Amino acid sequence: MALYSEKVMDHFRHPRNVGVIEDADGVGEVGNAKCGDIMKMYLKIEDDVIRDVKFETFGCASAVASSSMATELIKGRPVSEAMQLTNRAVAEALDGLPAYKMHCSVLAEEAIRNALDDYYARHPEKEKEA
Amino acid sequence: MQIYADNAATTRMSPEAVAAMLPYLEENFGNPSSLYAAGQRAREALEAAREKVARCIGADPRGIVFTSGGSEADNQALLSAAALGQKAGKRHIVSDAIEHHAVLHTLKKLEKDGFEVTLLPVHENGVVRPAELEAALRDDTCLVSIMYANNEIGTIQPIREIGGICRRRGVPFHTDAVQAVGHLPIDVRADGVTMLSASAHKFHGPKGVGFLYAAPGTPLVNLIEGGAQERGKRAGTENVPGVVAMSVALEQAVGRLPAHAALAALRDRLIAGLAEIPHAALNGDAEKRLPSNVNFCFEGIEGESLLLMLDDLGICASSGSACTSGSLDPSHVLLAIGRVHDVAHGSLRLTLGDDATEQQVDYIVQAVRQVVAQLRSFSPVWRDLTAGKTPFIL
Repeated sequence: MALYSEKVMDHFRHPRNVGVIEDADGVGEVGNAKCGDIMKMYLKIEDDVIRDVKFETFGCASAVASSSMATELIKGRPVSEAMQLTNRAVAEALDGLPAYKMHCSVLAEEAIRNALDDYYARHPEKEKEA
Repeated sequence: MQIYADNAATTRMSPEAVAAMLPYLEENFGNPSSLYAAGQRAREALEAAREKVARCIGADPRGIVFTSGGSEADNQALLSAAALGQKAGKRHIVSDAIEHHAVLHTLKKLEKDGFEVTLLPVHENGVVRPAELEAALRDDTCLVSIMYANNEIGTIQPIREIGGICRRRGVPFHTDAVQAVGHLPIDVRADGVTMLSASAHKFHGPKGVGFLYAAPGTPLVNLIEGGAQERGKRAGTENVPGVVAMSVALEQAVGRLPAHAALAALRDRLIAGLAEIPHAALNGDAEKRLPSNVNFCFEGIEGESLLLMLDDLGICASSGSACTSGSLDPSHVLLAIGRVHDVAHGSLRLTLGDDATEQQVDYIVQAVRQVVAQLRSFSPVWRDLTAGKTPFIL
């Protein structure tokens, strides 16, 4: 059996939503180079909907795939829904991750949460729903 | 193009070694301990293999103990020397920071049993300094264990000098030569080696077989009890097919040593090609280095991603990143030569085979260049480095 599912390899080989949003409404960064994984998420939000999302990742294949999948799961979704994204949902959408790589999906969840927190911090008038 | 560039992990078996082992799986399946002719044929093959192996490292055949591989040999060597030291009230061992875990973990176990271990530094070039080793020796030092060549960065240690020091000071000297046997000319007597560990699958022999050389008169403790095989030092019915194949593979590997200048030239071509990638650095000494080994760090990327993308391009390689080691820390070897975590995660080890070609080397350079650029294109670390937000390390 291969180390990763076909879906992980697909998202690793062809990551979706790679890049930077210069005028992002929320930016989140988690991890550090010391432990080998860094994820950065950029959100463009209009009318409480995530209109665009981009990511950059330094890390292993499962980190790249987790960030890519997470962007797919929240793109075009309401902010309130994105707040509910769990690492489990990311891992499941990837047809599973090896147990010792589950932390990569946790990082993806945290990166998105982090970017949304940044958005809320910039918009104190908005009510946080989660 | 398909290129197997992970020969330090394991090697493809030589066809001659495969052919040599088959008769001992088929018609000559007898147990060497049996008295009838079929058993004795196996015994003769075993002893002939012992002589062949011994000849390849300049050893007395009586000093060769066949084992299940390098790790077992390392364990037996260290535990034997420690047991002997214990009896004499000597409980200090000198080794170094870049040993294989078969040595390091055994040393940890000995520390728990009350031994004191000095791990010598290997400095930026990954090489032990004999003067520092000599200075570390004490009256109660019962063993020096320094690897012949490193499995990750390929650095070759000054074994003969260390052997001379140990001989002069009367301290037993073990060397983990798993990466060196069949790859470097070895003469245990001239090198002053008391014990040496080797593994067949690193020199085109089969997996699951290796040997420990212990100079005659060196007391060994058994790791496995249960029979009088291997002069009572390693119980269990001998792996006759494996041992026979190992001896054939080793003889061939030693026969190829004179051609290694060509391999070293290919290694240097690969090093020169990869050095052109910006913010990349060679790990380990450029000259005191196995002719097959190339190990680089690339800033701003992570090793596992690098390996998987290279695999897609047909290249098998390895890395010292935490993700590939299954632990949170990157390679202890890279950390020992002063690479910080951030860049140690972005390491790549390529270990060429004897059959490597210039075309292969050039293809690897082009593939690594492409993959490193691709990974950097979406690395937030690389973005911060190139934007001047964080300083480059390499």
